[in-house]
Amino acid sequence: MSSDVVLTGKKEGKFYQLTRDPVLFISVLLILGLLLLFIVYPLYAAAKLSLTPGGKFSVSEYSYIFTHSGYIKTIRNSVVLGISVATLATIVGFVFAYGMTKGNIGGKRFFQSMGILPIISPPFMFALSVILLFGRNGLITAKLLNMDTGGIYGLKGLIIVQVITMYPIAYMTLVGILQGIDPDLETCAMNLGAKRGRTFWTVTFPLALPGIFASWLLVFVGSLTDFGNPIIIGGEFDVLSVKAYLEFTGMGNLPRGAALAILLLVPTVLVFFIQKYIMKNKTYVTITGKSSRRGSASVSKATRAGLFAFCLSVSIFVLMFYTTIIGGSFVKLWGVNWTPTLKWFAYSFDVGFTTLKNTLYLAIIQTPITALLGMVIAFIVVRKSFPGKGALDFLSMLSYAIPGTAIGIGYILAFNKAPFELSGTAFILIAVYVFRNVPIGVQGGIAALKQISTDIEESSTNLGATTAYTFRKITLPLIRPSFFAGATFAFVRAMTAISAIIFLVSARWNHLTVLILAQTEIMRLGAASVLSFVLIIVIMTFVFLIMKLTGLKQSQIFGTTN
Amino acid sequence: MKDYLTLKNITKIFSDGRGSQVKAVDNISLTIKEGEFVTLLGPSGCGKTTTLRMIAGFEIQNAGDIILDGKVINSVPAFDRNMPMVFQSYALFPHMTIFDNIAYGLKLRNMSREVIKNEVAMVAQMVNLVGLEKRYPGELSGGQQQRVALARAIVLKPKIILFDEPLSNLDAKLRIQTRTEIKRVQQMLGITALYVTHDQSEALSMSDTIVIMNKGQIAQMGSPEEIYNNPNSSFVADFIGNANFMDGVVEEVHPDSLTVSLQNNSIVVSKPDGEFSEGEEVSLAIKPEAVSIRTKPTGFTGKLDVSSFLGSISEYKVEFENSFITIIQSNIEGKYKHYTMGETVHLDFNKAFFRVYKK
Repeated sequence: MSSDVVLTGKKEGKFYQLTRDPVLFISVLLILGLLLLFIVYPLYAAAKLSLTPGGKFSVSEYSYIFTHSGYIKTIRNSVVLGISVATLATIVGFVFAYGMTKGNIGGKRFFQSMGILPIISPPFMFALSVILLFGRNGLITAKLLNMDTGGIYGLKGLIIVQVITMYPIAYMTLVGILQGIDPDLETCAMNLGAKRGRTFWTVTFPLALPGIFASWLLVFVGSLTDFGNPIIIGGEFDVLSVKAYLEFTGMGNLPRGAALAILLLVPTVLVFFIQKYIMKNKTYVTITGKSSRRGSASVSKATRAGLFAFCLSVSIFVLMFYTTIIGGSFVKLWGVNWTPTLKWFAYSFDVGFTTLKNTLYLAIIQTPITALLGMVIAFIVVRKSFPGKGALDFLSMLSYAIPGTAIGIGYILAFNKAPFELSGTAFILIAVYVFRNVPIGVQGGIAALKQISTDIEESSTNLGATTAYTFRKITLPLIRPSFFAGATFAFVRAMTAISAIIFLVSARWNHLTVLILAQTEIMRLGAASVLSFVLIIVIMTFVFLIMKLTGLKQSQIFGTTN
Repeated sequence: MKDYLTLKNITKIFSDGRGSQVKAVDNISLTIKEGEFVTLLGPSGCGKTTTLRMIAGFEIQNAGDIILDGKVINSVPAFDRNMPMVFQSYALFPHMTIFDNIAYGLKLRNMSREVIKNEVAMVAQMVNLVGLEKRYPGELSGGQQQRVALARAIVLKPKIILFDEPLSNLDAKLRIQTRTEIKRVQQMLGITALYVTHDQSEALSMSDTIVIMNKGQIAQMGSPEEIYNNPNSSFVADFIGNANFMDGVVEEVHPDSLTVSLQNNSIVVSKPDGEFSEGEEVSLAIKPEAVSIRTKPTGFTGKLDVSSFLGSISEYKVEFENSFITIIQSNIEGKYKHYTMGETVHLDFNKAFFRVYKK
C-alpha cells in the first residue's frame, strides 16, 4: 500500500475541491466562524472569568464552592432532583410509549397529543399551576382540604412539576425505540413458549434498555438545567441554575456565577455525549430484515386496560393544570376572591402587549433563520467531505448540551464590549435563539438526509448544478418535513425560552416569560396566568398554522411516527 | 476514430477511517474512442463503479490523469464536466414531474422555455415517454423511470454518457428489452458510452469493447468475441463464461502446444504465454456448452449429481475428478434425458475449446 500518496496539498485534494465550489466554501467558513463566535467564544469568556476572579489565574472560586456547605448543598439538591425526576419521568414516558406502540391502546390520537403537549408550554406554566392548586392559597390544599401549607415549595413541588414538564422527552425517545423493535421478535418469543410477562422481560425490555438509559440521561440534563420551574417553586431548595443566576445578577458576583454555570456545563456535556453514543448504537434493534408493522399479541387485555388507565390519569392530571391556568385568568384573587373578572386581561394588556409583540417579532424573525441554518449544516455534514467537517458537526451539536444559564452568562460576558457590543440589542436575542435551537434542526435534517439516496443529489450535480443550486432545488424540497419540524421547534423554544435570555433581555427587548416570572414574583398570579394562557394560545396557533399550511401531521413535526 | 476519453495511471485509495487503506482502483489506464460503447465489467468491489465515479467527478483520484477530448479534467468539478450519468437507482427527482426531470439540465444551461419544450418533446418521443410528461416519477413503472433517466441524459446532447448498472433494478425480460433500447439510442445519436455492469450478458450484447476488472486492475480488454473465446486468465474464463475448471498435469511441452493428462487421457491444447514444464500441475478450463453427455463410452466418466430441464436448454451438474462441472446442452431436438442422482455418465469434451492456465 503506497502511503506516500498525500490527500491534501495535492491539487486534486479535498481542500482544493472545496475552493472550486465557492458557495460551499464560503458557507463552510461562515458557519464555522459563526459557531466559534456564538458558541465557543461565550463559553470561553465564562470559563475565563471563573478562573481569573481577581484578574489573575486562580481556582479560588471553585475551591470556595466546594468548601462551603451552602454551595455543596446546592449541588446535592440539583443531583437529587435530577435523579428523582429522570427516574419518574422515564417511567411515565415509557408507560406512555409502551401503551401507544406495543399496547395498542385506544384513543391514540388523544394520547399522542398528550405525550407532547407539555413541550409546547411556557417553561413554568406547571409551576404556576401547582401553586394555584397546592400552594398557600391553593384550590385543593387550602380550600378543599383546608390545609395551610407552603410545603409545595421545594423538592416535592419541583419533582411533580418537572416530571410533568419532562416526561414528553422520555416519551418521544422511547416511542422511536419501541417502534423499532420488530413485533415478530415478541411473537417469536411467545411462539417458543414464553408467556407475555416473560416475553416483555426477556425480549422487549432488554432491547429497549439503551433507549431507556438514553432518555433517563436526557431528562436528567433537562432537570439539571431547568431554570423556570425552580425559580418559581423551588423556595428554599436551591439548585445550581438558580444559584448561578442569583450570584451573577443578584449579588453581582460575576466570577462565582460564571463558575457555577461552568459546573453545570460539565455534567450536561458529558451526559449529552454518552446519550449520543448510546443512541448511535441503538440501531441493532431494527436489523431484523423486513420489519413488519403488525401489532404483536404481546399485551393481555388486563395490561392494556391498565396502560389505558395510567395514560388517562396522567393526561387528566396534565389537563387539570391547563384548566387551572385558564381558571386563574378569570378570577379576581385566586384563593381569596373567586369573582369572575376580566381585569387581569386588561392589566396584562397594559403591561404585556409590547413585550408580547416584541417576543413574537423576534421569535418569528429567528424561526426561518434557525430552520434553514439547521438544514444547511445537516446537508454539509452528511453530504460533503472537507477538512474541518468533524469540528462543524461537533460544534453544531454541542450547543444542544450547553445549559441556558451558561450560555446566558457567556453571552453577557462575551458581547458587552467592542468589537462585539451586542448587549441590550435584539440581535443578541436572535443569536441566542438561533444557536441554541439549531441542533434540533440539524438532527432532524441529518435523519431525513440519510433516507434520501445520494444518487439524487449526485445526478443533479452531474446534470450541471452547483452545490447551492442542488440544495435549493433538490435537497430542501425533499427534506421539507424536517425543515418545518425544525422551524416549529425553533419557534416554540424561542417563545418559551427563559434560562439563557433572562440574562440578555433589556427594557427595549423584554421577553414574555421574563414578564410572567416578574408577575409571579410579585404574586400577581392572575396576570401570570393570563400571560401564560396567551403564550400557549400563540404557540398553538403557530403549530396549527404550520400544520395547515404545509399539510404535515403532528407526528411528522414532532417526530413521533405513528 | 479519434481518442475521446483517456485514463492514465489512475489510482484511488479509500481509507476506512481506522487508518487502514484500500486500493479501490490500482493504476489503470484505458482509452475510449469517439462513438465507442465500452463496458467496465467485473464482480462487485472490483473498482468499476469507483472508476466511473472518478470520471464523473464524484470521486477524486489520488494519482493519474483523466483526459477528455485532449484536455486534462482532473480539477474540473463534477457539475462542469458535462457527462450525464444514468444511475442504477435512476435518481429521478421525486418532487418534479417527468417534464421537469428531463428539463432540469437544460434549465441549468439557461435555455429559453421554447427551446426546452421542443427538446424535451423530441427526446420523450425518442424514448417512448410521450403522454407521461405531467406525471411524477412515483407514478411510473420501473421501465418507464429508467427511460426518463436516459432521456434526462440524452436531452443535453452530450458527447459521452455514463451508465452505472442502469438495468439491475429491472426484471429479466425488461432488462433485455431496455438494453436493446439503450444500444439503439446510443448508435442513433453516435454518443460515446461508458457502461458499468456486473452482468456478463449485458456486456457481451451491448459493447464494442469490454474491460474486465478485478481487484482494482484491468484483467483483460477486448471485443466481446475476443474475451469470450480467448480469456487470458482463469479469472476471466470463470467470470465471463462460467468455465469449468479441472486439474491436469503437463505431459509434454511443444513450441505451440501442451499435452495435458486428464482422467488418464491425453489432451493437446494450445500453449498460452509463459514457461511450462513437464509434470507441472495446471488448470484446464472448458465452457459448459463445450461438454456433452453421451450414452456410449468416450473415455471420460463422471457421476451425475443434478439434472435440470430449463426449457430451451438442459443443465447438468456432474461430479468429475473430485470437482463438480456444469454441462449445458441444447434441447433443440427435444431429447432431454433425466438422469438419476449418482448415475455414471459418459462425458464428451469438445477438445478445441480447452484452455490451460497456470495454477
